[in-house]
Amino acid sequence: MTELTNLTVAQIRDGHRAGDFSAVEVAEAFSANVADAKALNAFIVETPEHALSAAKAADADRAAGTLKPLSGVPIGMKDLFCTHGVQTTAASHMLEGFVPRYESTVSQKLWDAGAGMLGKLNLDQFAMGSSNETSYFGNVISPWKRKDGGNAALAPGGSSGGSSTAIAARLCPAATGTDTGGSIRQPAAFTGISGIKPTYGRCSRWGIVAFASSLDQAGPMARDVRDCAIMLENMAGFDPKDATSLDMAVPNWEAALSSDLKGKTVGIPKEYRLEGIDPDIDAMWDAGIAMLKDAGATVVEISLPHTKYALPAYYIIAPAEASSNLARYDGVRYGLRDLPEGAGLQDMYASTRADGFGAEVKRRIMIGTYVLSAGFYDAYYTQAQKVRTLIARDFEQAFTSCEVILAPTAPSAAFGLGEKMADPLAMYLNDVFAVPASLAGLPAMSVPAALNREGLPLGLQIIGKAFDEQGVLDAGLAIEERAGFTARAEKWW
Amino acid sequence: MTIDQATVRKIASLARIAISDAEAAAMEGELNGILGWVEQLGEVDVTGVEPMTAVIPNVLRLRDDVIDADPLTGGGRRDDVLANAPAAMHGFFGVPKVIE
Repeated sequence: MTELTNLTVAQIRDGHRAGDFSAVEVAEAFSANVADAKALNAFIVETPEHALSAAKAADADRAAGTLKPLSGVPIGMKDLFCTHGVQTTAASHMLEGFVPRYESTVSQKLWDAGAGMLGKLNLDQFAMGSSNETSYFGNVISPWKRKDGGNAALAPGGSSGGSSTAIAARLCPAATGTDTGGSIRQPAAFTGISGIKPTYGRCSRWGIVAFASSLDQAGPMARDVRDCAIMLENMAGFDPKDATSLDMAVPNWEAALSSDLKGKTVGIPKEYRLEGIDPDIDAMWDAGIAMLKDAGATVVEISLPHTKYALPAYYIIAPAEASSNLARYDGVRYGLRDLPEGAGLQDMYASTRADGFGAEVKRRIMIGTYVLSAGFYDAYYTQAQKVRTLIARDFEQAFTSCEVILAPTAPSAAFGLGEKMADPLAMYLNDVFAVPASLAGLPAMSVPAALNREGLPLGLQIIGKAFDEQGVLDAGLAIEERAGFTARAEKWW
Repeated sequence: MTIDQATVRKIASLARIAISDAEAAAMEGELNGILGWVEQLGEVDVTGVEPMTAVIPNVLRLRDDVIDADPLTGGGRRDDVLANAPAAMHGFFGVPKVIE
């Protein structure tokens, strides 16, 4: 029998249904891998008992003929989703020990669909970072190594770095992620897996620790496109508790998957051809274009003229919203309190926040506070929101001549831990291809497409029209079938 | 536009984050680097462009005007609300003495 931890979500679901193995066997196999992978630091909390209890229920449901869509599938939960009775930290000291008395809508949907939880996955603190180096609970280490004879520890991407590492290392078949400016797609690309950020509003934000609310969107990460479709079907859906939740039916994305792109037009944005970019990235992009042509698509060049302004606009808008959202951490209602001897209320706030937030979180709160402050609001924040309108218009215009857009996910392969931490701007630039779709609220996914010359995975990004996750998944599937990406990290942990 | 250490301390005070002089000095450089970079937005012609308020067109809903419409987020959950408070007492959030 195939090793259970090598199975995809679809294979686990179907194999369990067919009686090839029990859900308990699957949960135990993955929990054993989780327990054996401490060196990767992918999990903040391990919950084998949750996975086991869901597995027992799945086996009982099979006997009773009442199987659910994800019966028998254990998953990882990014530690940004509030989970009832299980510590939820957003990888911050501020929320260390915080045990929610409620369940996020997305995680509840997954449990209702029969999934079990293997644990809470590490991430960049408050989802702010592109390398998982800002977590209070330590760096997540990518399972991948460069084939250069060295042994450098590589970044798993961020902010969903625990999710990407856990899937790539076979610690879970799928996991939740959240994407504010690339936090699902970039880590997926760095670790050779797939991930989709759906249209803004598809997945409820209720119960997800907020970073930048106009951008935050949950989505699945998994080994292939089909698994992303299955997971997304069980995460998406209208939620009256989220004011920006889309009141739309959830399509049967998996059933409708088709890699036949005849009659479809794919746009290639000329502004994404960056000067001086790694030639391996350009070569992968060209190969991706050929794959989509092979699948029957017509390829046209498009223009997204405001692309170069997306990243600076993002680094005003996201910190501004973060400074507002994170004002809630005051040492009064939940989370950390630091009360120096004899301190008053204001000193307690300042001391708690100094102690509870990491350097990158403070940096973003400070930027956000500054750009929203009297006298600077119009020059920075209003200007950025106007530029955001122009970026969204660029996409609207482009989508008059194509159905999906193909681009690289990130400008490089995974970098080494510590290589970019000294320079915040260099780190921010890693999201240059991911941020525009976030600002426009569009569905976008990353699929593994190639290995670079160092033997590290590279991802291709597909950006679709609002609500057209199907188009994105279909193009992703066409690439997946042709790229034949089967490489995986050799076990060293 | 560049900001000095006094401005950094003012922002930190507005953000309610205590910072040391050494942190203020380090942050001065970092914040100026980031703000200098985002200033390129000023060169975009935004004449007649409305700032974005909603990324996906959506209607704002009103919930039914009833008490505890959603049992999870309605009232009557004091103990749940206080469960994670660092200093809850007598059914209230505890805060240090405030003297103005």
